Amino acid sequence: MDIAAQSIEGGFADPVFNAQTVFRAVMEAMARPGSVQLLPTLARPPAPLSPTAGAVALALCDNDTPLWLDPALHASAAVISWLGFHTGAPLANTPADAHFAFVATPAEMMALDGFSQGTQDYPDRSTTLILQVGDLASGPPLLLEGPGIETSATIAPARMPRHFIEQWKQNAKRFPRGVDIILAAADGIACLPRTTRIKTMEA
Amino acid sequence: MRGQEARDQAERKAAMATLAQSSGDDIVRLWNEAGLPSQAELLRGPETGLVTLRGRIGGGGAPFNVGEATVTRATVRLPSGQVGHCYALGRDKQKAKLAAIADALWQDPARRKEVETGLIAPLRAALTTAHEKRRAETAATKVDFFTMVRGED
Amino acid sequence: MYVAVKGGEAAIANAHCLLADRRRGDRSVPALRLDQIVEQLALGVDRVMSEGSLYDRELAALAIAQARGDMIEAIFLVRAYRTTLPRFGYTNPIDTGTMLVERRVSATYKDLPGGQLLGPTFDYTHRLLDPELAAGADVAEPLRRETEAQAMPRVSAILAREGLIEPDGEMPQDHVPGDITREPLEFPMARDIRLQALSRGDEGFLLALGYSTQRGYARNHPFVGEIRIGGVELELDVPELPFAVPLGTVRVTECQMVNQFKGSAKAPPQFTRGYGLVFGQSERKAMAMALCDRALRASELGEDIVAAAQDEEFVISHSDNVQATGFVEHLKLPHYVDFQAELDLVRRMRAEYEARENPAKAEEKKEAAE
Repeated sequence: MDIAAQSIEGGFADPVFNAQTVFRAVMEAMARPGSVQLLPTLARPPAPLSPTAGAVALALCDNDTPLWLDPALHASAAVISWLGFHTGAPLANTPADAHFAFVATPAEMMALDGFSQGTQDYPDRSTTLILQVGDLASGPPLLLEGPGIETSATIAPARMPRHFIEQWKQNAKRFPRGVDIILAAADGIACLPRTTRIKTMEA
Repeated sequence: MRGQEARDQAERKAAMATLAQSSGDDIVRLWNEAGLPSQAELLRGPETGLVTLRGRIGGGGAPFNVGEATVTRATVRLPSGQVGHCYALGRDKQKAKLAAIADALWQDPARRKEVETGLIAPLRAALTTAHEKRRAETAATKVDFFTMVRGED
Repeated sequence: MYVAVKGGEAAIANAHCLLADRRRGDRSVPALRLDQIVEQLALGVDRVMSEGSLYDRELAALAIAQARGDMIEAIFLVRAYRTTLPRFGYTNPIDTGTMLVERRVSATYKDLPGGQLLGPTFDYTHRLLDPELAAGADVAEPLRRETEAQAMPRVSAILAREGLIEPDGEMPQDHVPGDITREPLEFPMARDIRLQALSRGDEGFLLALGYSTQRGYARNHPFVGEIRIGGVELELDVPELPFAVPLGTVRVTECQMVNQFKGSAKAPPQFTRGYGLVFGQSERKAMAMALCDRALRASELGEDIVAAAQDEEFVISHSDNVQATGFVEHLKLPHYVDFQAELDLVRRMRAEYEARENPAKAEEKKEAAE
């Protein structure tokens, strides 16, 4: 299939209800960090963009939200034109201009502080990162605390960025600035908003 | 880009411009008269949204945003595989869908002539007549200055 | 302080029902159709489009009908509607030089290429009410004059050849046009953002400010270099097509104001410019916008800021009639608790005042009360 055909296939079958389903899942996952919100396969983007990350893009991105793609995604003309056709979102010139960043290989990604951190007046202007993780159970467990978590929660995303726990500590120090993260696994999502603290587990 | 490709692109764009400027009623009427097929799979829309209209400071300077306009768009695929698009001012979803199908049919070499003669050419002729009428009506309000000579020298 | 008060639901529902009835009026009079408003109240429709900042004639006509002809209410309705739509993108900048011109006049050059085309203007009418229109008389077809299409360069281009006028406004190379529908206003602002705010600004407010500059409050010696009204084509870059997709034609009004300028520390003597660009046939608004644009360039051109029309924060913050009407009109909504608190305060201050001014009388009052 050529790029032109790939780029127009695989959008939401039912744009309104599918977008609402994904938005609801993202909202729940942000409100209850560490909870896993299951999602059916709603989008079929070209590889290496995963169906879950693709669905999040369709629900959240539009003409007003510049995107940054990691090198793996950026190398795919099909991914770029699929996102362009279905969301209308422009590509950001630099990570610091991006409203959303999609990362196919988090283990190789640049540091979190390279993205927009928002400003003291408008902390909402930071980049929201969508990391494609293998799953949410087979990696090193992360013990989470903070707003939206009654006592503690645990997730174990596989293939996370290097030195993630240390980077996340630095992210918290920038509060109210800082990035938020959506972890997109094959069957669902979990979120790490900037207010969530990771208690170091015995390694 | 090869010459033929560039010419095709310019012609396709001109056809899209004609469709965008024509009224939905005219398109439906000519569509039925020409017996064009309206079978197509909707890949996106028809959906209505906004575009922000840009002008230039001083007419030719840096761009600025003037305001928004409603636009309806559609993307369709024919059973024969061609994908057609339409973006047109206004909120006429039927028009957007037909114009997208027309764009797809236009790309089918076997159909292009049919679309051009049955749909695009009559629409274009009507638009040209309307333009010329408007221009002639405006021209009638052109000021012809003449100078009054006063005094002996 | 805000205290929730319940009640009034039935009254509100009945009031809206009554509004619908009064909007319709006498049922023996035929109801207005939207196409009648579009065709016959076209300049009202244009005003709602320009200040509602949404180009869609039928929607503007609906808003006018729904608002019973209250233009600011109609503008409010249009603004509310536009927030419900997704945005597909920003068009390529329109080229007013290739406009299908329906009116074009210049007050600075008599014989300019393309000529002076009066178009459908109120100018030179005698402003006498027309009883024939009231009686519904037939209207003659307009006359036509068949001529070759002539290029109509903008007047600014003609003046530019002499080098006596500043160029079209430029911004730094990498400047992205600001958008007040996405970013909150910040002062001082760049000229592109100011123009966006002015283009949707209230016609009456901008007209009054423009007039104030003529009366001497920041006088800037304006001439109408050119006004042109007509259709311009829109094009949008979209990712799925290798060329900009044509969207159709919109009617706009452009005003090039030319202002004499004696020079300052920042700029030599020359003609400076103010620019107006507005949806529809909205000549007065485009002129007012151009006058305000020029006045607001005071600090850029090194002029002293001495008048309201030059004060960016004053002009831009108060030019939006939806914001203005919202804040003024909210005053009529219940403020019972606020006012109760004020009442207590004023009573107490009054008692203290009286006790100070006239102790004997205050004492008497107190005794009488007891």
